[in-house]
Amino acid sequence: MSVFATEAPALKTPLLQINDLTKHFALNGGFLGRAAGVVRAVDGVSFDVAGGETLGIVGESGCGKSTTARLLVDLIRPDSGQVVIDGRLVGVDMSVREMRRHMQMVFQDSYASLNPRMTMEDAIAFGPMVNGESKARALGLAHELLAKVGLEPVRFAGRYPHELSGGQRQRVNIARALAFSPKIVILDEAVSALDKSVEAQVLNLLADLKSELNLTYIFISHDLNVVRHISDRVMVMYLGQVVEIGPVNSLYAQPAHPYTRALLGAMPSMDPDRRTMEAPLAGDPPNPINPPTGCRFHTRCKFAAEVCSQSQPIQHILADARHYAACHAYTPGSGHPGLGMSS
Amino acid sequence: MTATTLDAIATVQKSPGYWNNVLRRFRRDPVAMFALFVVLALILMAVFAPLVAPADPYRASMLRRLRPIGTEGFPLGTDELGRDMLTRLIYGGRLSLLMGVTPVIIAFFVGSFIGITAGYLGGRVNTVLMRTIDVFFAFPSVLLAIALSGALGAGVFNGLLSLTIVFVPPIARIAESVTTAVRKIEYVEAARASGASAFTIVRVHVLGNVIGPIFVYATGLISVSLILASGLSFLGLGVKPPEPEWGLMLNTLRNAIYVQPWVAALPGLMIFITSISFNLLSDSLRSAMDVKS
Amino acid sequence: MTQPLVDVRDLFVTFHGERTVHAVNGVSLTLQAGETLSILGESGSGKSVTLKTLLRLLPEKRTRIEGGVRVRGVDVTTLSGRSLADHRGGVVSMIFQDPMLALDPVYTIGEQIAEAVMRHEGVSRAAGRVRALEALTRVRIPSPERRLNAYPHEMSGGMRQRAMIALAIACRPKLLLADEPTTALDATVQIQILLLLRELQQEFGMGMIFVTHDIGVAVEVSDRIAVMYAGQIVETGSLREVISAPQHPYTRGLLAANLHGAAKGERLSAIPGAPPALNEAPTACPFAPRCPSKIDVCERILPPVVRLGPERYVRCVHAAAVASPA
Repeated sequence: MSVFATEAPALKTPLLQINDLTKHFALNGGFLGRAAGVVRAVDGVSFDVAGGETLGIVGESGCGKSTTARLLVDLIRPDSGQVVIDGRLVGVDMSVREMRRHMQMVFQDSYASLNPRMTMEDAIAFGPMVNGESKARALGLAHELLAKVGLEPVRFAGRYPHELSGGQRQRVNIARALAFSPKIVILDEAVSALDKSVEAQVLNLLADLKSELNLTYIFISHDLNVVRHISDRVMVMYLGQVVEIGPVNSLYAQPAHPYTRALLGAMPSMDPDRRTMEAPLAGDPPNPINPPTGCRFHTRCKFAAEVCSQSQPIQHILADARHYAACHAYTPGSGHPGLGMSS
Repeated sequence: MTATTLDAIATVQKSPGYWNNVLRRFRRDPVAMFALFVVLALILMAVFAPLVAPADPYRASMLRRLRPIGTEGFPLGTDELGRDMLTRLIYGGRLSLLMGVTPVIIAFFVGSFIGITAGYLGGRVNTVLMRTIDVFFAFPSVLLAIALSGALGAGVFNGLLSLTIVFVPPIARIAESVTTAVRKIEYVEAARASGASAFTIVRVHVLGNVIGPIFVYATGLISVSLILASGLSFLGLGVKPPEPEWGLMLNTLRNAIYVQPWVAALPGLMIFITSISFNLLSDSLRSAMDVKS
Repeated sequence: MTQPLVDVRDLFVTFHGERTVHAVNGVSLTLQAGETLSILGESGSGKSVTLKTLLRLLPEKRTRIEGGVRVRGVDVTTLSGRSLADHRGGVVSMIFQDPMLALDPVYTIGEQIAEAVMRHEGVSRAAGRVRALEALTRVRIPSPERRLNAYPHEMSGGMRQRAMIALAIACRPKLLLADEPTTALDATVQIQILLLLRELQQEFGMGMIFVTHDIGVAVEVSDRIAVMYAGQIVETGSLREVISAPQHPYTRGLLAANLHGAAKGERLSAIPGAPPALNEAPTACPFAPRCPSKIDVCERILPPVVRLGPERYVRCVHAAAVASPA
């Protein structure tokens, strides 16, 4: 039986709409803290997430995927942009406090995510308590949630973080996020630090919780195998911008953007007879401080044409209507000769 | 909620908390136990000085000045005014410990408050608070203490006040750096994402994780404070004669160094023993709190 | 048969501290010159400890090492002083996950490489610098002349990794030890470094032991694979044999958990539980509590090391049935 919806739900008002989210950090370094540069961490990011869907976000360091997550739950205040949940604009129709009850986050570092001086039950009960729940009820909820994530409450509720394994701690972090009965859970590299055998357990748990509680996931990871397994749709980011977004099968089978192709091409082979012979890209991802003009990928792109350094590409709809890529090669009349192969 | 969940909560296997573990490790450390014993003995001796001391600390006699250690009736000899050294050393602990410990305790609270506020709020608040603190760092602590005491005038209260002012900046700075580090850890972010107020986050998540390191640092300052306090008295800026205080005694006995060097060295020995005991305590506390796994 | 480059026999490594940890429990492995072996395992499996033993990088006072560790016939456990210094960097060198820990932040890349060459080969500073430039060119750092005078913090992550590799190969070691050198890198950079290592290894004919937790990475670089669990090698063999016909239940579980080709939405066949804590040396199969094919005997005795072919061993009671009678 499939535990994920294989088809994305029909088009209706998406549960989460992100419009033109932007965050630039000023780099203080000059004399008397004068700005020495601007990190364009997230630059005009827009996407939708349908209820019950899992959106995977992939990209390399500095692509802005973790900043995007923190902007969504207002851990970092965006410079501009809108977050709309269920048609209600956060900050206008919905308070930040209410937004956080609908949208919770699980971080990568399971150890740093838990206060070392707090027992697991207290850690999970903290959220409900600051939101007005009585201590007894909050602890009761904590125990229910511990059981739900597969940790026997009697054994684990009174323990401290250092007494748990990485996988167990991450289960507690998931339980803490669920304490608000959120609609959306953002998983920021939530399984990346776990060993493979434990990672699979946590991925199964996430799948179970999703179908049981009708959750919507935003799953951020650098591991393309994991993203492929868990996501309905995948969004690829590069230097603070979305370069491609589409249904998982379409994106993995027919990656449109040269960067997406390079990312997929850089995955280590699992077949001893078909090892990678040539690296798809040379050099490191450039610094998001003062990124390249035009298409930000043009400095590393094999297919870069003159137009690429001059103007920013717009999102272009591909064969699958829900699959978009921001590349001049797909824009007729852009002056780009195309990628030399049809996709 | 059902009765069964309540029962379940009651039967939870509680792990020993962090501080219980620290206490357990601290108890197992022989150096810590020895230093604690010395410190407690010194404190008890000071508190119960009238009961412990064999004589009157102020009774002078020109006839038996500067007797050596082991003199009949004066086990540790007499000082330059013929007062019983043992008695004066016991009584001296009162003021010396008071002058050593009190400024650090007050500075611990004031400095922690300033540092944690600056560290958690960051930004402009941090800049204003910490740059102000930095002004005090421009002066060496000895010089600052002398200057403040000199300006305020001699006396126990002014001595305490100036020493407190000396110790607030270093404690605030440590508190600020520890808090800044903790603020960036993800459990604080998670707490923010749960909608908790800044005050709640500091109380529940920050305080417990920063107070330990600040406390260890502060205990390490006690020995410095003792020595500084004695130094102020030595210079005539702290306690005034004829009050017994180790630093002051060291000063007044200084001329006797060629006559009765062992007697003259006794107050210094007391300062040394006390400050090294506090330092050992601080070190042991640090290693007991240092949890790696 | 010629003397192997590396010959580890019944290696046991125990750490003593606040608590005792039996990190390595009977590892035997050999490596021929010019061969690449990957040690695959999860955190706490003893893979890094095994590697560090070859360079004697473990804290001397708290570590007990038993068993034979020979590199080119020299017993590494008895080296000290000058001979140990010659061994490190001269015969064997190592690259790490974090180049910032391997490179000295106060010297330029050129100075560090030149210094290493001078120390090991007794050449002049000028000759050392020439060799440094050579090494940087060899690892394909763009504009190597300029990078000679760069400090580690002035370089990007991938560039630093290349600089560390240049430092490691500058003295043309016979054996290169790699401890998860690509784990912290971005995907597009990781593949570049893997290809570079593969190329250098072939060109110099170095032996290489590559420690990783990522099967894909192991596939890209190695000739042979050794899978470690709880301080033991549970399965070893040629890359093809281990990947296409894994015999140990742990290897099978690991391959299944790697998700490659797992259909979307399918439940993953996860290995239940977690690895043992290793406070005591294992007296039975350490994988038994998590093993789907566990039988009674697994919990009573240490499983035998079964030979399935040349350089093909499995530490499992079930493997005995597969093995052809010797």
